[in-house]
Parts: sequence; C-alpha cells; structure tokens
Amino acid sequence: MLSRVAESIYWMNRYIERAENVARFIDANFHMILDLPRGASEQWQPLVNTTGDHEVFAERYGSASRDKVIEFLAFDRENPNSILSCLRAARENARSVREYISSEMWQQLNTFYLTVNDAARDSHSMDLPHQFFVDIMMSSHLFVGVTESTMSHGEGWHFGRVGRMIERADKTSRILDVKYYILLPSVDYIGTPFDSILWGALLRSASAFEMYLKRHGRIDPEKIADFLLLDTKFPRAIHSCLNTAEISMRNITGQPRGTFCNRADRTLGKLLADMDYTTIEDVLDTGLHEYLDQLQSRLNQLGGAINDTFFTLRPVAPTGEGRAE
Amino acid sequence: MRFDNYQTDGFFDEMFDAQGGPRPGANLVMERINALPPEELVRRQKAAERALLHLGITFNVYGDSSGTERIFPFDIVPRIVQGDEWAIMEKGLKQRVHALNLFIHDVYNEQKIIKDKVIPEELIYSADGYRKACVGLKPPKGIWCHITGTDLVRHGDGNYYVLEDNLRCPSGVSYVLENRAIMKRTFPMVFEACSVQPVTDYPSRLFELLQSLAPSIVGGPMVAVWTPGVYNSAYFEHSFLAQQMGVQLVEGRDLEVNRGRVMMRTTKGLERVDVLYRRIDDDFIDPRVFRSDSMLGVPGLMAAYQAGNVALANAPGTGVADDKAIYAYVPDIIRYYLDEEPIVRNVPTYACWRDDDRRYVLENLENLVVKAVNESGGYGMLVGPHSTAAEREEFARRIIAKPRNYIAQPTLSLSRVPVLTDDHFEGRHVDLRPYILYGTDETFVLPGGLTRVALKKGSLVVNSSQGGGSKDTWVIDSSCPPTLSDPSAA
Repeated sequence: MLSRVAESIYWMNRYIERAENVARFIDANFHMILDLPRGASEQWQPLVNTTGDHEVFAERYGSASRDKVIEFLAFDRENPNSILSCLRAARENARSVREYISSEMWQQLNTFYLTVNDAARDSHSMDLPHQFFVDIMMSSHLFVGVTESTMSHGEGWHFGRVGRMIERADKTSRILDVKYYILLPSVDYIGTPFDSILWGALLRSASAFEMYLKRHGRIDPEKIADFLLLDTKFPRAIHSCLNTAEISMRNITGQPRGTFCNRADRTLGKLLADMDYTTIEDVLDTGLHEYLDQLQSRLNQLGGAINDTFFTLRPVAPTGEGRAE
Repeated sequence: MRFDNYQTDGFFDEMFDAQGGPRPGANLVMERINALPPEELVRRQKAAERALLHLGITFNVYGDSSGTERIFPFDIVPRIVQGDEWAIMEKGLKQRVHALNLFIHDVYNEQKIIKDKVIPEELIYSADGYRKACVGLKPPKGIWCHITGTDLVRHGDGNYYVLEDNLRCPSGVSYVLENRAIMKRTFPMVFEACSVQPVTDYPSRLFELLQSLAPSIVGGPMVAVWTPGVYNSAYFEHSFLAQQMGVQLVEGRDLEVNRGRVMMRTTKGLERVDVLYRRIDDDFIDPRVFRSDSMLGVPGLMAAYQAGNVALANAPGTGVADDKAIYAYVPDIIRYYLDEEPIVRNVPTYACWRDDDRRYVLENLENLVVKAVNESGGYGMLVGPHSTAAEREEFARRIIAKPRNYIAQPTLSLSRVPVLTDDHFEGRHVDLRPYILYGTDETFVLPGGLTRVALKKGSLVVNSSQGGGSKDTWVIDSSCPPTLSDPSAA
C-alpha cells in the first residue's frame, strides 16, 4: 500500500484513540471530584499534567479550574491535543484516505466530528457532562467496531491497529504515572473512603475498575500498577496493547515471532520481550516513575522507527501539515 | 406544496409547457409532489441536505475558523429529460467527441486540417491549451480525450446547444452519482415508477476504459487516480471515483519515475503504475516539460508517457480543442473529419479576429455575451443585456487590443426548472453536463449528467463557485407512460 495512505490510517487511529482517552480522563475526574470533600478543585491541575500540555495551559489559562480545564482539553482549537482538535485531525487524515477505508468508517468519523464540533459551539453541551463524554467514548468504540467489521484486515487495517495500540499504551502509562504519585502521598485519606475513591478513579480513567476487581478483588496500589502495566488480558493494559501491536506488526512485515527485518519491528519486539519477562517487583525496584518514563521514551522511539521505516520513503515532504505527538 | 401557482414567465421550462401543463414524463413527478402534505417536501429536502452533510460532500466556508462546512446546494425536484430527445443528444455527443479526438490527433501529427485551410494555423498555436511538447505524440490506441463533460444549455427555441466541450479534466460526475443515491432515498416510489435510466455503472465503465489503455504487460494493470491533494476543490470526486473503481488514489509525492517507469512509493518499496487518470492540469504534471515550479508533478513523467510505459487519461494537450476560439470551428471540424452534419448545435459564435465579426460585435455589445477565450468558470465575461455602458466600453477596448482573445455569442435564454424556495416553487436557469467516455470499442454517454442550477433569482451563472447548485437529472423513457402501483405512495 502507499506509504502516505499507511501513515494517514495510522494517525487517524491514533487521534481517535487520543480523543477517547482525553474524554475518559475528564469523565473520571468529574466523578471523583463529586465524591470528594469540598475544596478539591486542585484535582483539575493533575488532569492537565496527564496530557503533558501543562505549560501551554498555564500560559494561556493561568490556574486550573473545572471550566478552564474542560475548555482546554475538550474544545480548544488551539490545543492540538484537545478532543475537538484530535477529531478534526483524524477526520482530515480520513478524508485523505477516504477511497481506501470503508464508507461506513468515513461516515461514522465524519458524524462523530460534526457532533463534537456542534457541541463546542453549544453553551449547553456541558449541562450533562457525563453523557457528553460517554458519547465520545462510545463513538470511538463504534468507530473501532465499524472498522473491525467493514474494512479488510489487510495491511492498512494493521497499520491502524498499531497506531491505536501505541497511543493507548502511551495514554495508560501517562495516567498511571501522574496519578500514582499524586495518590501515594495523600496520607490524609489513607484508610478513609476517599482512599478507594481516588484509586477507583485511576482505574476508571482506564475503564479498568470492574476488570481490576474481578482480577484482584480489592484496591491495592501495587496490584493496580501491576494490572495497568503488565496484565496480558485487559485491553488497555500496556503489556496487552504492545502484544496486539506486535501481532499487527508481524502481519505487516511477514516476519515470524522473535525475528526482525527493520528498525520498527525490532524496536517493538524488543520492548515487548522486555515486558514479557518483567514483574511488578522489578518495576518498583527501578521506581515506577523511572520505569514509565523510560517506557514512554521507548514508545516515542517506536513511533519514530515506524515513521522512518514505512512512511518516509520520499526525499521531501512538501506539505506543511504538522502532527502533534 | 403544489405547482398550482408556478409561473414559467415566458421562459422555456423543463417541466411545464407554455400552457402550464406538465411535459410528457413530468406529470407523474408533478402529481406526486402535489399530493404530498405541505411540510413533507420541505422535510425531505432537509433530510437530503442532512444526508449530504454526513456523507461529507461539503466544502469549507473560506475564512471561517469555527469549522463551518456547507454542502453544495441541492434541490430535490428532479430535472426531467425526455428519452427520445436524449437519444438524439447521445448520438450528437458521440459524433462530436469522435470528431474532436480526430482533430486533436491531427493537430499534433499530420495537420491536414491546417493544410486544407479549414482552421487558420495561428489560431491553433495561440490556443491556451496547445502543448508543443505533444507534437508527434501517439497516445495509446490513438485516443486523446477519454473523458469529456460537455456543457449544454437549452435555449428558448427548445433546442440544446453546446456551450463548452471540457476536454481536459471535467469534474462533477461524482455529484451525479451521489445526487442519484439521495434521490432514490427521497422519492423511492416515483423513481421506480418513472423507469429512470441508471447512472450507477459509470465507475465500472470508467474503470474498464482505463484498464484498456494499459501498455501490454503481464498481469493486471495497475490503475490509479491522480489528485492534486485534499485541498483541491474537486478532491471529493477524485477520492470517490478511486473508491468506486477500487483503485489507488495517488498524489504527485507518491509517484516517481524510475528507469523510465512510473512507480508509486509503498510501504514495501516501489510499485509500478500503468494507467493514471490524472485530475491535474497539463501544466503541473511534469516540471521538466511543463511548469518547472510545479510541486504537484512528477519529473520525467512525460518521457515515460512518450516511451509508452504509462498511459494518461486524458492525454496532455487536449485543451487545444477546448479553446473558445477553436469552439467556433467545431461544426467545420465535424464536417471535415466525419463528412457528417453536426447533430448537436453550436451556439452561433462571432470570432473577433475576423474583421466582419468584430465590427458586428462592437456594434451590438448590449445584445451579446462576450467571452475571453482562455477563461472559464464564468469569469472574464460580459453579459451585454446586464452590462453598464462603462463595462461595454471597457470590453470594446479589450477586444480592439486583442481580438484573438474574444468571441461573442447571442444571449441565450437559458431554460428553467422549478426549484423549492422556502414555501413555494420558482423558476431558475439550468444547464446540463453529460459525461462521455470515449474508448476503442464503444463510446458511452452517461444518461442525463449533471444539472447545474443558478440558484440566485434571475441569474444565468450556474458555477458552484458563484452560487450554483445541482439537481438530479432523470432521463425518462417517454414512450411507455409511467405508472405508479400505489397512487398514494411517493
């Protein structure tokens, strides 16, 4: 397939996944704050930190408040990682490969974008925030489902899935990184109902609350980190994401497991192999933050390797369209 | 909503005759619409517009940062074309495209038509679409213009006239197909009862035509649609056609010429391309041959084409026959190459480089439409009856300065159709653009084509860039009277 087309499908999926994650972060935060004692508004700042855009935010909005954070993360056209910007970018990518993806995918994404774009101009769209963010998550799931059942599971589909899995792994790692360290020192809450509210919110930020309880039964910080990092069956756990990404990568390259033919499949294979044989004790020995930091930079390297290997066969890139990482 | 108070205002109306009665074939559509409850038609119009929005058949409103998009205006009352009239038109268009292909081949090769003094030599060389690089070119199967979108209008006398030939990269066929899909949803029962000639096979016909152009090679030919990119105003159509044909949609940056062959850059390295349906002007296809500042083109493409390693549709250089000055000679071109009388009429055209014609034009500016020969899209035009004295003076100056650049034609009284405006119907002017596929074995004319409507009251300009909209065009077999099994259904 054309390199340009592969690249657009990859980014289309990353952007939709990103929008879904931002919606989930905001929604989980909303719920958490409703359960916390008054004066917990400082809990909006960590949300901005999760996205990594706190400097831009501080510059443009100053201190964090609910309305400012939601505006910034959901509707701000100047913020390339806002839900609206992500969907616009996803749709522009889809438009450029409209003949390659199925019409159903295009229409679903187009309607998705138009709905959020209308909401951005509607002063009442935040009257029922939960419904709004749930709709966004469901639209994203719908897109994945439509993709699953209307597009051939060939090379293009696999590029899309690699993109989605890398993005998802990155987002889970960020939410874990930021929240874990905010939660651990909150000694005031230890043993109180708020303790499990806060940890529950972390799990909900990854839609992991119910599946975690089924697996581990009770709230335990170490087990939560284990679950979100190393579980192989929960689809938002980093390990599981990388597993799926690696299967798609091998479908693209045609390499058997454990072998490689370029920098992209080598980077991914190596990262996955490391995770395959890592325990949560290893991670905590290194330090969770250090481990996640390293993981994120390896995910970035992977993105770069995919770009160099598959997308940039061309000597020049004439379009000025920037892509937000 | 009913047609009871609809006025034809003395214009030729496509749906009603001079007495106000429906034309053959239009009665069923009229009856069904009259029978609908008043709000129902508006509801269906809105539903059709919403469907177009969600299909993403839209353009961006320039300068609006809030992401507002508009659909190309679409009116749900179909434009009816009688089957017997269409049959004549179809013959006439085939004749015209055949003759124009022979003409283009002759111009770039033997030049018999010049030697026989049918067309002055300097007129050909000064045509904006003439390409010196095409001299001696022998495109695959001798075909230059594979896809044509002829602009026709119907005058007050009830006859169709060719306005322009559009032999380069005619656009709009995707709207014909999408409009049709919407109309089948909007009036399923009427549609079925009218036995409208289908348009849905256009993409497969186009694909067969493109495949047939491939240089003889082993394995299935690789066909691709070549687009300037997402920012092109016709991008939707490029993407749509590629999708409907199941072929690649490529941009210049996806292509390169490697050892004389055109290759595309894929995730697995370079892959050969055999046929390019290019939707990009001659000037931009190869910076080594045409405009050197083209960022959209592929260096070396023309060499690969001349070597027969890749086919292009349409061939470069077809614009020479699209020139408004050459247009004046098309009836002579048909007679010269085919020894036949033209079936579809040309608009009588005064060529300002002929002394007699120029004198007449300058004396009658207020009655004529003056067109700059190298402009399109409704620009560079003087519509005499609607002009001011100052505008006429300005055009007279321009004509005297550069007679070769101007033609003039009598003002045509464009036919009208009813369109839905708020709560009633009003007449608006229309044209018609059928699409013709010219191949080795047969010529296919898409039944109907794109009906463009000048939505501004009284306006004659149908271009979408200047307030035009579109309608679905129904070619109806008028010999068998339409029937509706359930008279209450629409």
